[in-house]
Amino acid sequence: MLSLRIFIIASVIKTVLVIFILLTAVAYTVWLERKVVGHMQNRWGPTRVGPFGLLQPLADGVKFLLKEDLTPPHVYKPLFIAAPMIAVICALTSIAVIPFGTALPIRGYSIPLQITDVNIGLLVILGVTSIGVYGVALAGWSSNSKYSLLGGLRASAQMVSYEICLGLSLVGVLIVSGSFSLREIVQSQGGHFWGFIPKWNIFYGGQFIAFFIYLMSAYAETNRIPFDLPEAETELVAGYHTEYSAMKFAMFFMAEYANMITVACVATLLFLGGWSGPLFGPPLLVAILPTFWFVAKIFVFLFIYIWVRGTLPRFRYDQLMAFGWKFLFPLAIANLVVTALIVAYRSSL
Amino acid sequence: MLHLVLFLVFGAICVAGAINLLAQTHPISSALSLVVVMASLAVEYLLLGAEFVAAVQVIVYAGAVMVLFVFVIMLLNAGAEERTKGSHVALVLGVPGVLAGGLLVAWVLLKRSETGRVALGSLPGYPKTIGTLLFHEFLLPFEVTSILVLIAIMGAVVLASRPDAKTPSGKES
Repeated sequence: MLSLRIFIIASVIKTVLVIFILLTAVAYTVWLERKVVGHMQNRWGPTRVGPFGLLQPLADGVKFLLKEDLTPPHVYKPLFIAAPMIAVICALTSIAVIPFGTALPIRGYSIPLQITDVNIGLLVILGVTSIGVYGVALAGWSSNSKYSLLGGLRASAQMVSYEICLGLSLVGVLIVSGSFSLREIVQSQGGHFWGFIPKWNIFYGGQFIAFFIYLMSAYAETNRIPFDLPEAETELVAGYHTEYSAMKFAMFFMAEYANMITVACVATLLFLGGWSGPLFGPPLLVAILPTFWFVAKIFVFLFIYIWVRGTLPRFRYDQLMAFGWKFLFPLAIANLVVTALIVAYRSSL
Repeated sequence: MLHLVLFLVFGAICVAGAINLLAQTHPISSALSLVVVMASLAVEYLLLGAEFVAAVQVIVYAGAVMVLFVFVIMLLNAGAEERTKGSHVALVLGVPGVLAGGLLVAWVLLKRSETGRVALGSLPGYPKTIGTLLFHEFLLPFEVTSILVLIAIMGAVVLASRPDAKTPSGKES
C-alpha cells in the first residue's frame, strides 16, 4: 500500500502525462490517417510542414486556435456551447481506467501504469461513452439547422442501436475471464497454449466472432466510415457539426479521434491480451516492453481503422439499421449463449 | 466524513434537478434535468457501495433511455410548453399533501422498516453478489419481470407497425 502523499503525487503526474500523451496521440492519429489514406489514393498526404509533414498537427492546432469562433445567431446558445465540451470531456475521461502495462518499480515503490484501477473498469468506460452521445445529439439539436438536426438524429439512433451489440460482444469476454476489472481481464489472458499461440481471448477464449462484432459496432459508435452517416458530407454538409467553427469544431474532431483510441485500447485489453508479449533483455527493458506491446497493438488496430476508411463506401441508412439489428444483434446473442454453454461445460468437468 | 458530504451534495443536486425538471418549459431542458437526476442517483448508489448498480444506472438510464427521450423530442421538434396560471386547489391541497406524504414515507422508512438505516459503503455491490442473488434467491421475480418487459416490447411493436399502410421495401415503417 502506498502512502497517501506518494499516491497523490503519482496520480497527478500520471493524469497530466496520460492526457498529454492522449492528445498528442489524437493529433498524430489524424496525421497518420491523412498520410495513409493519401498513399492509398495515390497521393502524398501532408508533406509541407516539417519532414514527412510531421509538424502538420501543430500547424492545424495553431490554425484552430486563431480562426474566428463564429456563433450563428439562430442557435440555442447554452447547449450549443456545452455540446462540444460534453463530447470532448466524455472522450478524455474514459482513458482514466485503462491500464497501459504492469507496474513500474520506482525507488522501491511499485507504481501501476494506470490512473485508477476500479473493479468495474469496463462498465465505467461503457457508461462514460454512452453519455458521450449527448454531445453529438445536443449539437445537432441546438444548432437549429436542418442538416445538423438530421445528423444529430442519425447519430443518436445509430449509437443507441450499436451500443447494444457492442455491450453484448463484450459479455462473452466477461464470461470467459470472470471479472469487470481490466487488469484482471488482461492477467487472465497470460501464457500460451499448444506451445506458441498466446492465450488471448480472440484465440483461446473462442471470442473471434465477438471480436468481429465489436469491431463493427465500434466503427459505428465512433461514427467512422462505413458508418459515418451522422456527418455524411454528400447529403448533410457536415452533419451535426455543420454550424461549428474554430476550436468548437476541433473539440468534436478531438473527441472522435480520442474515442477511436479508447476503442482500440478496449479491443486490445479484452481481445488481444493487453500488454502481454515476449519479454527479454535487462530489467529496464522488461519493465518497458509490456507498454510497448500495448502501444503496438493499438497502432495495428488504428491502422485497420484507417485502412477500412480508405477502402469501403458508406452504408445507406436502412442498410445500417438492418445490419445492426438483423445481423449483428442475433449473432452477438448466439455468441453469448454458445460461450456461456462452453464455460459451464468446462467448469462442470 | 468526505463520503457523507458528497452524499448530501449529490442528494441536493438530485432534488434540484428534479425541481428544475418541473420548472423548465422546454422539453429538452426537462429531459436534460432528468439526466442530471439519474446521474446523481448513480453517484448516491456508488457512495452506498453498490458500484455495479451505479454503473448500470448510468449505462441504462442516463445513456440509453434518456437518449431515446431526447431523440423523440428532437424528432417531434417539440417547442416550449405554454404555462398556465395553475389552480388554487392544487396549491391548497397539493403542497401540504406532498409534504405529508413525504414525511409519512420517511417516518415509515426510518422507524418501521426492519433494515433501518444503511451505512455508507455497506451495500454488497459486487457484480458476483448481485448475480448470485438474481439467479438464486430472486430467480422467479427476475424472470417474471423479463417476461413483463418482453410483453411491453411486443406491445410497442404492435402499436408502431401499421399493417394496412404499404411500406416501401427496405424502409422502416
